[in-house]
Amino acid sequence: MAKAHVTTTVNGDPVEFLCDAEQTLLDVLRDELYLTGSKEGCGSGDCGACSVIVDDRLVCACLMLGVEAEGHSIETIEGMANGDQLHPLQTKFLEHAALQCGVCTPGILVAAKSLLERNPDPTEIEVRYWLAGNLCRCTGYDKIVRAVLDTAQEMRGG
Amino acid sequence: MRYEAPETIEGAVKLLAGGGPRGRVLAGGTDLLVQLRASMIAPELVVDIKRIDETREIREEGGRLVIGAAVTGAELGEHAAAKAMWPGVVESAELIGSTQIQGRASLAGNLCNASPAADTVPALVAAAAQCRIAGPGGVRRLPVEEVCTGPGQLSLDDGEFVVAFEFPERPPHSADAYLRFIPRTEMDIAVVGAGVSLSFDDSGRCAAARVALGAVAPTVILVEEAGRALVGTECDDAALQNMAAAASAACRPIDDKRGTVEYRTKVAGVLATRAAKIAAQRAKGAR
Ligand SMILES: Cc1cc2nc3c(=O)[nH]c(=O)nc-3n(C[C@H](O)[C@H](O)[C@H](O)COP(=O)(O)OP(=O)(O)OC[C@H]3O[C@@H](n4cnc5c(N)ncnc54)[C@H](O)[C@@H]3O)c2cc1C
Ligand code: FES
Ligand code: FES
Repeated sequence: MAKAHVTTTVNGDPVEFLCDAEQTLLDVLRDELYLTGSKEGCGSGDCGACSVIVDDRLVCACLMLGVEAEGHSIETIEGMANGDQLHPLQTKFLEHAALQCGVCTPGILVAAKSLLERNPDPTEIEVRYWLAGNLCRCTGYDKIVRAVLDTAQEMRGG
Repeated sequence: MRYEAPETIEGAVKLLAGGGPRGRVLAGGTDLLVQLRASMIAPELVVDIKRIDETREIREEGGRLVIGAAVTGAELGEHAAAKAMWPGVVESAELIGSTQIQGRASLAGNLCNASPAADTVPALVAAAAQCRIAGPGGVRRLPVEEVCTGPGQLSLDDGEFVVAFEFPERPPHSADAYLRFIPRTEMDIAVVGAGVSLSFDDSGRCAAARVALGAVAPTVILVEEAGRALVGTECDDAALQNMAAAASAACRPIDDKRGTVEYRTKVAGVLATRAAKIAAQRAKGAR
């Protein structure tokens, strides 16, 4: 089977790639585009380590085919910092020590960014529900939730 | 595997009915991709229906709501008019998975994956929703409760797929509700699900009632007896007790680690009662 030719936008840049129909968006990001920040924790939609934003919606890259990306706009963890300047969420995660091994971190950062874009002033419960599809096996969720709430407050100018 | 993303209903039907090996429809992929990756299925053709406008729209057609087959849970949850008309259907869709899953999961995928525990199906059945199905013979309509015939089994013919869900007109003083029981607060499969839709007349008597249960039989079941137990009553405690008894009596569940037969049977009545109370309260607040 010939490979499909796909034209998309990744982190604001036009990107073209070739892929097999079976390849997931996560496979394509990691193996074809070498954007290895998105992780594969489970490959079945349960852990959120592969979270990316497609046309302003948070999705699991492991549950989307690469070919489905045609014409869509994708944001990954690699697009989060502005050059050397970390996104406020990234800074706060470091400050709050909201990561240990870091495997869940890219997905959680992308998910939290998508939350704050929709809801700049979330309650703790809203943060916990929004992130319910992002599993962390080492840090525990308190530091993560606190880092997100603190970022929200800072970004609101408080 | 070949991937196609037709932009018209006719294009999709042609691909699916192509005479070759049966193609799989792809909506949000949150069931299909999991099954593909686990090698539970190995389709030669996948037909992505998300580029067909009719599958992506939420519309009102002459007072009736029409929800495209591939509309996601997140989109439905953000649609104020849909939520006002069918709060139970919308809350059932919003229960599916996490934020990430919500961004993709569709009603038609939830129905056509044909799991007895699918969350939106009891709500859709209680709402008396119909599937608009396109196929080589044209378009036909089928009540949601007639789509699944067993776990993983559908009554759709070769080349057919669900284009949209059509809901009936909503009389005044009507509302629906869906509740599921899971052992945690998020991300789990229903042990029991209950959807209830009620209409009241101007004097506050129940004029129409539909009760549907999930995860207590090989398919989601419409319990007509349970609905009848409410019609003509004010949905007082005695009527609700009769309804719960009818709901429990209709259960034919399996025993598994999530719940025993006895437990599921009992919980079905309890959940149906709670859902009916919520629907009644909403109906009183409605127009
Ligand atoms: C982490 C996780 C959590 C989940 N949690 C829940 C939950 O809480 N409750 C729940 O009910 N489900 C849950 N699910 C299952 C799944 O997300 C839902 O069933 C979802 O609604 C499927 O929709 P989809 O659009 O992704 O379907 P797809 O995966 O695209 O399709 C599912 C099946 O339906 C067929 N199909 C799709 N659209 C059509 C159509 N229009 N016509 C004919 N056939 C069609 C496909 O061929 C496939 O066989 C979960 C899944 C995951 C991965
Ligand atoms: S790798 Fe995608 S959700 Fe776990
Ligand atoms: S930091 Fe290790 S999984 Fe979250």
